[in-house]
Amino acid sequence: MDDQSIPPLIDVQNVNLRFGNVSVLTDINLAVQAGEIVTLIGPNGSGKTTLTRIVLGLLAPDRGRVVRRHGLVVGYLPQRFSIDPVLPLTVSRLMTLTHSCSRAKISDALTMTGVSKLADANVSELSGGELQRVLLARALLREPHLLVLDEPTQGVDFAGEAELYGLISTLRDELRCGVLMISHDLHMVMSSTDQVICLNHHICCSGKPEAVRLNPEFRALFGPSAVQNIAPYTHDHDHTHDVSGAVIPLKDDRKGHVHNDVHGHEEYSSNDSPTGSPD
Amino acid sequence: MDDFLIRALIAGLGVAAVAGPLGCFIVWRRMAYFGDSMAHSALLGVALGLLTGVDVTLGIVGTGIVLAVILVLLQRQRRLSTDTLLGILSHAALSLGLIAISLMEWLRVDLLGYLFGDILAVTTVDIYWIYGGGVATLACLAMLWRSLIAMTVHEELAEAEGVHVLPARLVFMLLIALIIAVSIKVVGVLLISSLLIIPAATARRFARTPETMAAIASLVGALAVFFGLAASIEWDTPSGPSIVIAATALFAISFVLGLGRHLLRFRAPS
Repeated sequence: MDDQSIPPLIDVQNVNLRFGNVSVLTDINLAVQAGEIVTLIGPNGSGKTTLTRIVLGLLAPDRGRVVRRHGLVVGYLPQRFSIDPVLPLTVSRLMTLTHSCSRAKISDALTMTGVSKLADANVSELSGGELQRVLLARALLREPHLLVLDEPTQGVDFAGEAELYGLISTLRDELRCGVLMISHDLHMVMSSTDQVICLNHHICCSGKPEAVRLNPEFRALFGPSAVQNIAPYTHDHDHTHDVSGAVIPLKDDRKGHVHNDVHGHEEYSSNDSPTGSPD
Repeated sequence: MDDFLIRALIAGLGVAAVAGPLGCFIVWRRMAYFGDSMAHSALLGVALGLLTGVDVTLGIVGTGIVLAVILVLLQRQRRLSTDTLLGILSHAALSLGLIAISLMEWLRVDLLGYLFGDILAVTTVDIYWIYGGGVATLACLAMLWRSLIAMTVHEELAEAEGVHVLPARLVFMLLIALIIAVSIKVVGVLLISSLLIIPAATARRFARTPETMAAIASLVGALAVFFGLAASIEWDTPSGPSIVIAATALFAISFVLGLGRHLLRFRAPS
């Protein structure tokens, strides 16, 4: 939407979908550019997952279309992923579920997401954070141009969430891929996203995080308390955590997850009157 | 050893070999109740096969497919869950089968044999069916293996990565119908699903990959057939239930072994 010269990775144009008499998606337009993180937020049942299914090509819209850049490879991290312990499955095997791949590439991908030691672990014994990182590595394995992440931090504790969002940003920088993400963590979304799309069957508002936060429609949807909750999470940590939750002391060059440098200070004020939209 | 015993053993081992991998998928995909319903519908298939004078095995496969299609169609409504639908279909099919057979007074049907199996009455033709159907089933399963495993892990993820989910699911249902049809002589419609589920459940403890679990399940099934037949001859017990009890005993042993190992691991410092 901002850059007209390069076609977007994916361009959703006027998509409409009904299930029976219920209008699930109305006039949806969105585009993801290479190197851009676009986050979908919205209440439960607002059509977020349905929209990603359309983006992935799993579901055809009634009207409108989805234009993918030629030869686009998509890496997908699905929602509600759990492995029944009755199925014996190692991490390596999970990585090569639909496509074969060399051991070295698997190891590289796992290293990128910080779980290189888990290649031979049993999937059903992973913690929530480990599983999400393995799934992220799995999505990277296909060398995707676009990552579609449906609630990438589900089952992850608060400290782990911040790390995971940090990791997603890092991966975006290193791989120059686009990211389309669904998230419920309003407070995190705002600090790690280029564009926010607030969805409630139609697009209520969209744009840069600060602009969306001040939009009346956003506040109507999530309530005034949400607007405050987005204020950056600023408690000071003198340590950080690795994937398994063990405490790692902070190195000098590493700031853990302190986000108070991301936003301006007006966000701390308890009254959230939009005094001039930051654009 | 008597001829009928050798035939029984060969038939039983053939069924066990196929039931291993197929049973693993039933356990992984939580389709135990589905397997049971397919098996129950087999009696209706027997009745239809006898009534129309076409082959009984074809009758069973046909009824199984019809049941699967009805189920898939009914699943489109959201008010009743799949296990409720299966509860209705399963017992309706079984009852319909029992009524149909009771009405066919001109035929002498060995109802108990169909319900609980009569492995000692297996004929050479039955063995051809078991091995022919078994090889076909295993070949189909091998071709679909990767897709089915991917679907079992996460159906949408598999679909997003290019797996053709619907055909794989339909063929899988067809394979279940086929294995039920060919193994009805060995354990009967009421006990067939146990031969699918118990060896797979037993194998879980010893397996690190899906493939080893499938192979071990076949082995456990084969042991169950062997010990069950031996017990049946030794103590003159009904053969089908004896095989099921032998499988259950193997499961119990593996369970206790696993429990011991789990306790040891629990104590050891990690």
